[in-house]
Amino acid sequence: MKELAVSKIKEGTVIDHINAGKALLVLKILRIISGSRERVLMAMNVPSRKMGTKDIVKVEGKFISEEELNRIALIAPRATINLIKDYEIYKKFKVVLPETVEGVLTCPNRYCITNSQEPILRKFHVTMMDDGVVARCHYCGRKIKELDKYVIST
Amino acid sequence: MAHFRHLISIDDLSRADILYILDRAEEYEEIAMGRGMGRVLEGKLLANVFFEPSTRTRMSFEVAMKRLGGDVINMTAQEASSVAKGESLADTVRVVGKYADVIVLRHPLEGAARFAAEHSEVPVINAGDGAGQHPTQTLLDLYTIRKESSLDELKIALMGDLKYSRTVHSLIKALTLFDAEIYLVSPPSLALPEDFLEGVRGKIYTAQLDEIIEEIDVLYVTRIQKERFPDEEEYKKVAGSYKVTAETLRKANRSLIIMHPLPRVDEIDVSVDRTRHAKYFQQTFYGVPVRMAILSEVML
Repeated sequence: MKELAVSKIKEGTVIDHINAGKALLVLKILRIISGSRERVLMAMNVPSRKMGTKDIVKVEGKFISEEELNRIALIAPRATINLIKDYEIYKKFKVVLPETVEGVLTCPNRYCITNSQEPILRKFHVTMMDDGVVARCHYCGRKIKELDKYVIST
Repeated sequence: MAHFRHLISIDDLSRADILYILDRAEEYEEIAMGRGMGRVLEGKLLANVFFEPSTRTRMSFEVAMKRLGGDVINMTAQEASSVAKGESLADTVRVVGKYADVIVLRHPLEGAARFAAEHSEVPVINAGDGAGQHPTQTLLDLYTIRKESSLDELKIALMGDLKYSRTVHSLIKALTLFDAEIYLVSPPSLALPEDFLEGVRGKIYTAQLDEIIEEIDVLYVTRIQKERFPDEEEYKKVAGSYKVTAETLRKANRSLIIMHPLPRVDEIDVSVDRTRHAKYFQQTFYGVPVRMAILSEVML
């Protein structure tokens, strides 16, 4: 019998096939941070047939919206989602890269209006290129790659 | 049906939008020259909101508005900075939008105009946002090329600071819509950034001026700024080798035109001013009918 890296949850959201080492960043994107009350189980660098190694995150007692979950595609485009009820999967899907994201990424251009005192929700347009995901700042037009570096810390 | 409500970036315009504005500008040229009085913007008020000084652009908008019968109020850089103490740009445009029918904005931060447009009840025209966009300059550049040369089968060389010049960056993007052959002439340290070319499709080549001078239709010169160089000697050496003189033009096509966004320092020798090729002062004038076309487009 296959040994489980993390125990089953009764009800909630399981995020599987996260690129190894990115689980903490996934939590950040979902705004599950220090002080949050969700019960979270996490496994990092577990063996995976498809990916070599992967991370898994399980959030108990919470069904996270599809829109919020799709933001994970910015840093883990192969992630899969299982929504669990009574220990059973009742819905399963892959994350889809959103066309735009708001309030998730920060612009590295220090002369961008989003880095001023103005009341702005940071917005990026996202596209999949040959060499990975690219996001373009809606305001100054700066393009960013390796998006892990730009996830907003809240 | 309006082609646009705000004018923020040349990237927002299609080839058809650009040609539409150039055609409209053509209609306004007589009035821009002071022959006859325009009345289409009578009763309308333009607010220049400048967080950075720029006499030339501000005056050009003012002339365009007044020659079409409208009036202008100005918030200068000094006033803007004092008003802005504690007040957000979002609030400033909301307030000014209550006084005026259009806001012409210059701001030191990139993306400021797009942000302002999201908060403004009246149209916003970007008159330069930091190193970002300056779409009215690009449109007047295209207008100049069409008037004094041709946008069809165009061969153009862009020379000088191609790394930091927003004018050049916007112009390249617009020229690709017209399938122009674009030659980049610059010192290696001021070459066009590689990531700029990602996603830009077009016939773009690097070259030396003397290799292409006989073939090109337009030579667009930009200023090489002293502050981009670590020392004065290095600057002088580089700037000297990217200077246009009457001698440089000896082998040029008779119909070659030379453009420059101005102000120039010494990258175009005054001896060139007297040649048939010099079009940079005419280019400045064309800013007026082009801005007239833009103003009437967003307000009527």
